Amino acid sequence: MKAPALRLFAFASPARLYRLAGWLVPLCWLTALVLAGVGLYMGFFVAPTDATQGEVYRIIFIHVPAAWMSMLLYLVMAFWAGIGWAFNARAASMLAQSIAPTGAMFTFLALWTGAFWGKPTWGTYWVWDARLTTELILLFLYLGYIALVNAIDDRRRADQAGALLALVGSVNVPIIYFSVKWWNTLHQGASVSLTMAPKMASTMLTAMLLMSLACWAYAFAVVFMRTRAHILERESHTTWVAELVQAKIKA
Amino acid sequence: MNWNSAADFFAMGGHGYFVWMSYGAAALLMAAEPLLARARHRQAMRVAAQQSDNESGGES
Repeated sequence: MKAPALRLFAFASPARLYRLAGWLVPLCWLTALVLAGVGLYMGFFVAPTDATQGEVYRIIFIHVPAAWMSMLLYLVMAFWAGIGWAFNARAASMLAQSIAPTGAMFTFLALWTGAFWGKPTWGTYWVWDARLTTELILLFLYLGYIALVNAIDDRRRADQAGALLALVGSVNVPIIYFSVKWWNTLHQGASVSLTMAPKMASTMLTAMLLMSLACWAYAFAVVFMRTRAHILERESHTTWVAELVQAKIKA
Repeated sequence: MNWNSAADFFAMGGHGYFVWMSYGAAALLMAAEPLLARARHRQAMRVAAQQSDNESGGES
């Protein structure tokens, strides 16, 4: 395989992305485990009991990171799907499709942990409130994207149709984020914002940020694992995969 | 320290069910997802090995 002339798109080659991802996966796992260990310790043993909610508020350390990741991963997925479509870069499309299941997992987790937090504090597992409903729509967008991409046999057409759905659907993300401001909802407002002082004890905030970084590292690790599988599946006819497999058999 | 005993910790001030259902689901999903991704990678590797075997077999 010849070196690509344009260095800017060096990782646009699936072969290079495969190697880069393989190198990053263990680093991401290590980071995720260390951060989650410290974050959980802070969340359960250092952060104090909440004055109004008691101990049940500790769900926040998984609920907020999961909700953040669900929105962030959607935007990242739509971005790479769009790049893949605009520049006909198949590696970017593969990356986007590898993000979708992890995004759906975090969305489900945000809804699930929210339900188990809502029951003891609001008295109900579910309510058709703006924040909860838009988050549920996000889950359907992820599932719709996965279903659409898998329903089309022609890979390039699947990439394009998926990108269109992902980009149009991204309008939902700011709606989720601002839903607690725009409508009267049962869901509380943002706990953390860039413009205001946080409304919680600093140890609580530290634990929540550590858990968010842990979830981020986890998402990188699992997305790169899936990207590698995805690349092999789609590039199995190429010389570089044949060479990779032969090298693996000899080793 | 927030807890006087292990039982106190698991009780979570009487809300243990809600807290552990949340963290349990998170642990389960976040353990299952990488295992599925790894299985998919291994499967892709096997398929690629078969293809390259078939091709090299045809040439010789």
